[in-house]
This record gives sequence, structure tokens and C-alpha cells, in this order.
Amino acid sequence: MTAVGRFLTRRQNDGRQGARRWTVADVLTYGYLIAGVLIMFGPVAWLVLSSFKTQANLLEFPPTLLPLAQETAEVDGYPDPLPLYDVAFEDGTVVRLAQVRRVGLQAQMVDPADPGEIVRVTIDQRTPVRVLRLATENYTESFSRFNFATYLRNSVIVTVGATLITLIINSMAAFALSKYRFRGRNAIFLVIIATLMIPISVILVPVYLVITQVGWINSLWGVIIPGAATPTGVFLLRQYMLTIPDELLDSGRIDGASEWRIYWQIVLPLAAPALAVLAIFSVMWRWNDFLWPLIVLTRSEFFTLQVGLNAFQGELNVQWHYVLAMTVLTLLPITVVFSLLQRFITTGIASSGVKG
Amino acid sequence: MAATPNAVQRLNTLAGDGVQRVYALAMNTLGLFMEPAQKLVGVRRMAYLFVLPNLLVFAIFILFPMLLNVYYAMTEGGNLYPQDRPFVGAANFERLYTCTDYGDPNTCLEDRFWRAARNTGVFVFFQVSGMVIISLITSMVLNRKIVARGFFRSVYFYPVLLSPVVVALIWKWILQRDGVLNAILVAVGLDPVNFMLDGTWAMTWVILVSIWAHMGFYTLILLAGLQSIPAELYDAGAIDGTSTMQAFRHITLPLLMPTMMVVLVLSLIRAVQMFDEVFVLTGGGPGSATMLMVQYIYMTGFGTQNPRFGMAAAASVTLGAVLLVATLLQLRVGRGSERHLA
Repeated sequence: MTAVGRFLTRRQNDGRQGARRWTVADVLTYGYLIAGVLIMFGPVAWLVLSSFKTQANLLEFPPTLLPLAQETAEVDGYPDPLPLYDVAFEDGTVVRLAQVRRVGLQAQMVDPADPGEIVRVTIDQRTPVRVLRLATENYTESFSRFNFATYLRNSVIVTVGATLITLIINSMAAFALSKYRFRGRNAIFLVIIATLMIPISVILVPVYLVITQVGWINSLWGVIIPGAATPTGVFLLRQYMLTIPDELLDSGRIDGASEWRIYWQIVLPLAAPALAVLAIFSVMWRWNDFLWPLIVLTRSEFFTLQVGLNAFQGELNVQWHYVLAMTVLTLLPITVVFSLLQRFITTGIASSGVKG
Repeated sequence: MAATPNAVQRLNTLAGDGVQRVYALAMNTLGLFMEPAQKLVGVRRMAYLFVLPNLLVFAIFILFPMLLNVYYAMTEGGNLYPQDRPFVGAANFERLYTCTDYGDPNTCLEDRFWRAARNTGVFVFFQVSGMVIISLITSMVLNRKIVARGFFRSVYFYPVLLSPVVVALIWKWILQRDGVLNAILVAVGLDPVNFMLDGTWAMTWVILVSIWAHMGFYTLILLAGLQSIPAELYDAGAIDGTSTMQAFRHITLPLLMPTMMVVLVLSLIRAVQMFDEVFVLTGGGPGSATMLMVQYIYMTGFGTQNPRFGMAAAASVTLGAVLLVATLLQLRVGRGSERHLA
């Protein structure tokens, strides 16, 4: 027997490629990964499932996994659809009846096929008939109070505008700091490094004053501009541009190119990987930005998605069915973008190792 | 079917052409200003023109406010304009730092500041250590030979992209009294807990949720660090009969140290600045059990009927000083990180 056992094991280990045995480490690894999928995706999946439940279904405890709603039936002689119940009679028969009204512990039921006769039953005799139904009205009804299109437009304007401005002015500064010797260069670089980690939240009050003076309260410019000169971006791009050989620039100069042309036709294309990383960061920062827009934007027509969603959930504290639906809507755009670009984004960030 | 890839390719080239054209147009337009400027100031002074836009924004919206913030901290009242604010010297700081017993926030004049400071301390300690440990484990698991690594990597990264408001609402819904977590507790025979009404539970969940939301980012950085360790080192170790634990202690950990320091400092600084998720998830409650430092500054300066800008500024000067120390720390360990950045 042992010989046979050894023979089998040997074949599994040394035989065809890919016939490797599962080790304890493998089991732990995949166990960890599967648990990870549940923990990372589970909450989001629960949110999406919940957002399709009716208000009554949401209030149930324990909650149902899938969005269920009570089935209703149109019954002759009654203007509104009536809820359906399975009613168990004492003789053991179960009949599907529609409820006309409930009076205390008694319910008045009718047979949908024969609505003439009213049957009175006690309420614990009946159980609701439920079917899987997506409560899309959570979404459609919220639109009157949650102006998704406006918020989305504002968020996109802020994200795209701020990212473009950041890329241009950061790369220009990084170009000067890495490719020229000039008086004050080290001082400028040092100041930028020193503020690398100081967030806007530390200087809320004075930046608010500056924005007020410029007249940018309730203006998207007030959200876009203050964070555009990111020290992180300048630092990241400068470090990358240092690796571009000066000879390339000199050969451009010999061909008679202006400094501006050297910047945008030679240096920027070569710095594309670093620019891409900064673009990813900038989009992440700006799309998710919350505290600063919360202070600058007080009129709802200028709200970004984050501020709008926060105001919406504050207004409708108990109306979870609307809040959940709008939360799903808010996470939709970034989810779509991520699923399209996930490889690009994850490798880009892994190669940079920095976030401010 | 054969026509489809061609069509896609042509579309890509068309889109690429479009982007290039827009890029050239935008840059040439800016060049209308920059190229004559070069004739005016000469090649060498062009550097100043290149730094100017960034420097202007930086000076107006970061540097000047930082200096002004110190002045705000030395004035009082609810007026926004500096000329309308009475100068009080160090009074705000004195009030901020006055306690009869520094161990007990209740004995402090600005008790909410000290409570926020203590909460921030607890939050930073547990969040950062939890984050580093979990990210390290996850990155090591992802670094093994596994199927669908790209998929799993994306799974852990996905919450990083969710906005803080969305993250907070997702978890607020799960953690509420009649939420799914309590349903699970009841199902396994435990008593339901009203997580958001208990200070310790609320802080625990604030920490866990912020780890959930951000660990993917640090995992990616650590994974990149792990993948840069040459496989030959492990092969050599295996020949010498090194055990897995020994390989981890003597190969992985030392070579991963620079990356670990980057992760540690970045997550430390982010944790000190934490605001959004906690603000939406708990609002700082119950009471002020989860109120962190930035929320104190926000509440004192903006989230109230009579704003005390001076006190908010004094608190933010204090926070800024703490962050500066952390930044200096980052620069000290920067040797390793700079190599990593380049």
C-alpha cells in the first residue's frame, strides 16, 4: 500500500506540468483572497441590492437578501391594486386572496377571481405573497430632489478642469526646476518640498478669505484653482524630468526651437509616464474632494456629486430608499471608469509610490 | 468579424489624431505668448516664466494663507476680514492649551480640542498600524503565484476610488441598528449592538472603515516594493535551506524597509488629516467620541452659527506643526523613498 501511495504522490509531484498539489499555503492564500473579495465587494453589492428595495422591504429586520415586494392584483370593483396573501384555513387548505382592508386583528379578503364575496380572516392566518421586484422608483422619484445631472456636470468640470490646469502648470514649473539654473531655484524647490504634506484643511480659514476676496464663493473656480499648484505633482514631475538627458534639449535648440517648443514637443512627451500618474492622482483627489467644496459651494446648483450626496442624505435622514439609490448613482461613474482602466491605474500607482 | 479590429484600430488612430491636434492647438496658443516673451527676456530668464503660473497659484492659495493663518491665530472674533479682527497675541493658544489635568479633557478650557486631539491619537495609532499590517499581508499574498492576480489586485484597490461620502453611506447602512451586520449577529445567536451609539464601537468602526477604504492603495505600493526584490535572492536562500520565516525576516523585510517607510509616513499623514469619511459616518458622535482634529477645526470655524476663526486657526497652526514634524521625518527617511520615486 505504501509503495502505491508513494507512486501516486510521485506522479502528482513530478508528472505533467500544472499537476502540482495544493499546499497549506495555497489554501490559505486563496482563502484570504476569497475573503478579501467578500469584504471589499460585499458592502458595495449590499448597497446595490438594498437600493432596489421598497421602503417597506428596507425596514424589515432581519433584512431579506434580494429586493422583494408584495405581489398585488387588480380586482374588479376596487380602484387600486390589492395586496395578495396566502390564507391558511382551519381545514388545511391554502387559498390566495387579496386584502381589501384590515380592521384590528381581522382582515377582509376577497378572491380576485370572484370579488363579490368578502371573507373575514384573522391576520395571523395570512402570509404575504412576495416576488422579486426592483424598486426602480427609488431612482426615478429621487431625481426631483437630487439633481444628478447638475452635480455630475459640476464634478466632471471640476475634475477635468483641475487636472488639466494641474498638469500644465506643474509640468511647466517642474521643467524650469529640473532643466534650468536660475537664482532662487533651490529656494522655490525647498518651499515646495516643505509644504508637500500640508493639506488645505490646515489653512481653511485664510484660503476661505482669499476666495471671498477673489469672488469665487459659489464658483467652480474656487474649487478648481486653490489645489491646482500641487507640491506633490511638481515634485513627482521634477524627479522624472531629471532623468531626461539635457543633450536632447540642446539639439532642439540647435535646430532653432524656442524654449516653449522644447517644453511641449520634447520634454512633455518624454515625461508622459509621470504625467499619467499625476493625472490619475489628480482625478482621484478632485473627484473625491469633499471638505473644500463643502465650504466654497453653498448653493445647490454648484454642488459637486459628493457635496450634493451629503446634503441629500442630511435632508432625508430616514428615507434610506432614496439615499441608497443616489449613493449607487454616485459611485457608478467612477466604477465604470475604473473597470475600463483598472490595469492602467493600478500599475501606474504602483510605479509611483506617492500620494499627497 | 474581421472588419471589427480594423474599425477599432482606425477609431483609435482617429482619436489619437484628434487628441494630438487639440494638444498642438492648445500648446501653440499658449506659445503665442511664450515665444515672443523669449525674444523679450532671453533664454535664461524663461525659467522664471515657466515657474510663474505654478508659483502664483502656490503663493496666493498656499503660502500666503499659511502666513495669514498665523495672524488669524493671534486675533479673535467672528469677523472674516483681518482688519476687523482685534489682536489678542497668544491668547488663543493659551486658551487652547489651558488644562488643569492634561490627562482629562474635561478639565481643559477648550475641552473639545483636547478630546479631538485624543481621538486623533487613538485613531492614528490603530488605523496606521492596522493599515500597515493588513496591507503588508495582502501584498505578500498577491505576490504569490496566483491565478487572476490582476483581478484580485483590482478588488482590493476598488474602494480607494470610492468617494468618502459614498464609503461612509455604505457603512452607515450596514452598521445601523436594523442593519445587515446586526442581522448576522442575531443569526449566530449574539445580541444586536447599536454600534453608532457606543463610543468605543463607533471609534472601532471608524478605524476599520477607513482601513477598508484606503488599504488597497498601500497594498499596491508594497506589492511594487515586493516585486522589485530579485527572485534570485530567494532561490539562493532555498538552496541554503532557508525556511520561509527566515527568508521573510532576512530577505523580504530588510529589502522592503524603504517602501514600508513610505507607506508608514504617507498613511500617518493621511490619518492625521482624516475628516470626510468620519464626518459623514458618525458626524463625530456619539457625543464627541469620534471627533477628529480636522473636524474640530471645521466645526469651530465653519460648522457653527458664531464662528471662532481665531481658535480654528490656532488649532490648525498646532496641527500644521505636527504635520511639519511628520514631513521632516519623511525627508529624513527620504533616501529610500526618493530612489523609489525615481
